[in-house]
Amino acid sequence: MAMDVGIHIEHLTRVEGHGDIFFNSKEGKVEKVQWHVTEAPRFFEAMVRGKSYVHLQPITSRICGICSIGHSLASLKATEAALGVQVSEETVLLRRLALHGENMQSHILHIGYLVAPDLFGVGSVFPMVATHKDAVLKIVGLHRLANFMSDLVCGRTTHPITLRLGGFSKVPADRELTDLKSRLEAAKPVISEVAGLLASVKGGIPDFNRETEYVGLVDDKLYALYDGAIGSTDTGEHPVNFYKSITNEYVVPQSTAKYTKHSRDSYFVGALARFNLNESKLSDFGRETAEVLGMKAPIHNPFMNTYAQMVEVADSVQDSIHIIDELLACGIKGDKAEVKVKAGRGISAVEVPRGILFHDYTIDSIGNCTKANCIIPTNQNHASIQQDMEAIGPSLVERPEKDIELTLEMLVRAYDPCISCSTHYAKVHFV
Amino acid sequence: MKPKVAFFDFASCEGCQLQVVNLEEKILDLVDIVQVVSFREAMKEHSDDYDIAFVEGSIMRPMDEERLKNIRSNARILVALGACACIGGVNKLRNKWSVAEVKAEVYGDAAIEGNPYFDVLPTRAVDEVVAVDAYIPGCPINKNELAKVVTSLAVGRKPTLPNYPVCVECKKNENVCVFEMGQFCLGPITRAGCNSICPNNGEGCDGCRGFLEDLRVNAMKDVLRRYSVSMDQMMKRFNLYNFKREGY
Repeated sequence: MAMDVGIHIEHLTRVEGHGDIFFNSKEGKVEKVQWHVTEAPRFFEAMVRGKSYVHLQPITSRICGICSIGHSLASLKATEAALGVQVSEETVLLRRLALHGENMQSHILHIGYLVAPDLFGVGSVFPMVATHKDAVLKIVGLHRLANFMSDLVCGRTTHPITLRLGGFSKVPADRELTDLKSRLEAAKPVISEVAGLLASVKGGIPDFNRETEYVGLVDDKLYALYDGAIGSTDTGEHPVNFYKSITNEYVVPQSTAKYTKHSRDSYFVGALARFNLNESKLSDFGRETAEVLGMKAPIHNPFMNTYAQMVEVADSVQDSIHIIDELLACGIKGDKAEVKVKAGRGISAVEVPRGILFHDYTIDSIGNCTKANCIIPTNQNHASIQQDMEAIGPSLVERPEKDIELTLEMLVRAYDPCISCSTHYAKVHFV
Repeated sequence: MKPKVAFFDFASCEGCQLQVVNLEEKILDLVDIVQVVSFREAMKEHSDDYDIAFVEGSIMRPMDEERLKNIRSNARILVALGACACIGGVNKLRNKWSVAEVKAEVYGDAAIEGNPYFDVLPTRAVDEVVAVDAYIPGCPINKNELAKVVTSLAVGRKPTLPNYPVCVECKKNENVCVFEMGQFCLGPITRAGCNSICPNNGEGCDGCRGFLEDLRVNAMKDVLRRYSVSMDQMMKRFNLYNFKREGY
């Protein structure tokens, strides 16, 4: 006979931002299983009203410290779309490099510091320094490399400085890119070792599958991150300008963050969605790493999101090397596109570590923003987290309370939620 | 005995706590001199027994105020971490409007009254709610300054911040003045300590570290006149991180 259980995990640890988990069961039946988002709302879209187009990037970058490069790029792309600015090929290549730096940094942080302690049965990475020093130092080394890359391209890892409308305020020198390339080459065997270690603890991943809709950017040639059309595993391709028909935001009382749904009650965004949509576009090294991890699309286990992130780290390293080769072949010029003020609306989508991100601005004839909307990946995952909890709940009731707690915590962590991001708060319509 | 250290966050992007992780191998040195007992972003364990509390973020709601006051009563030393905690930062931009106006813009006519999650007050910096013993300014904080402050506190010394403008560091770094490149910069009145990171990268200073105690207003006015910058342009930049600060 199962025990009656009442769990309230207040301020879940090893995630970005504040969220609570509730789980109640009585006589072997789940009575309540809920994901609450308790973070304070920050009103970014209200803040940017009346602000000059030049201040939209520095302000919206502050929505998230972990994906500030992604927010900056989404902001610049939306502003440039509104003003009709076309950036150079070199600018696009450098921006893709910046995005790889951030994705690697964020993924390594999540895999190594936030998820690994669960797989090794400890509370944080600190005790692992004693038990698995070599592995921890490898993770730290990869994290440092990713930050080195962001520092070089963006001037800083958090809240980038050089990413500007029309181009870059400062570009790396050819010799600096050559140096970065050799560091990336040297990191490949380290990545393979870390992937091997992750494969060896895969047994700790709960055996749970829930097929759902996976949404992310898609492109004919690339494993899409910087640009593309919206892809859905249920409904195919959609133009970015129609993003609202995908996101369909709504509000629930247990959350200061909005929820979204498309063709089902929820959809999934992030590394696993991208892997399921774009596996065939992976580089050789990305594909090799997926094999080491025993991954083949489609994967319907949300816990495997962390493993998809590992595949993306490998793919980012390979694609970054390729981008550097392209940049060096022409030599860095530092060209900037001309930016002229005009009235207009611009919509952009960028894949950031946790999934697809949309920025949408309306700018008036003197260059001030009159309306803004930002839809953040974690918002799009909250409904999926809730649905997964409801699906996995009944299988947990017979288990000891500690196990139930850990499994639910691991589930939320697998999504790598960025809760401060998701409560940045846009205009909300309650249903 | 190593001092016990705890990290807490309120309304913010959590980018300043990320700089702790960005110390990379140096974290291992820091945990040699302090004991981290609570750091929700990175560890599961939590304890209310700590000497030094690092607080990131601005204070938005009564429930946050209560939590902050608890932290204050537990901690011997409270350190404000980053622009949101030190001066309110970008979070204060919404204080231009009343709470009722911002709520109406964001929530429409939804039934949120009585739900404590949505009970929002005007944005406040940490020292507008409780006493603060030390500040680590910046958006984000400079990780080397963080390491310095932690080291000072661990040996029982009061940490100090540079009381000279960003221009001093910028000159040392031999940058061409961004005013000469036709840009605007708050460097002449902003507290140094960031190693002039924005001008180093070809961008003017936005004042994220807050302003000097001994502000040379007339000198700044001379600079504005020399480069024909209007007061309106100046205030737009000034307000990004320092919206309606007392005394300015």
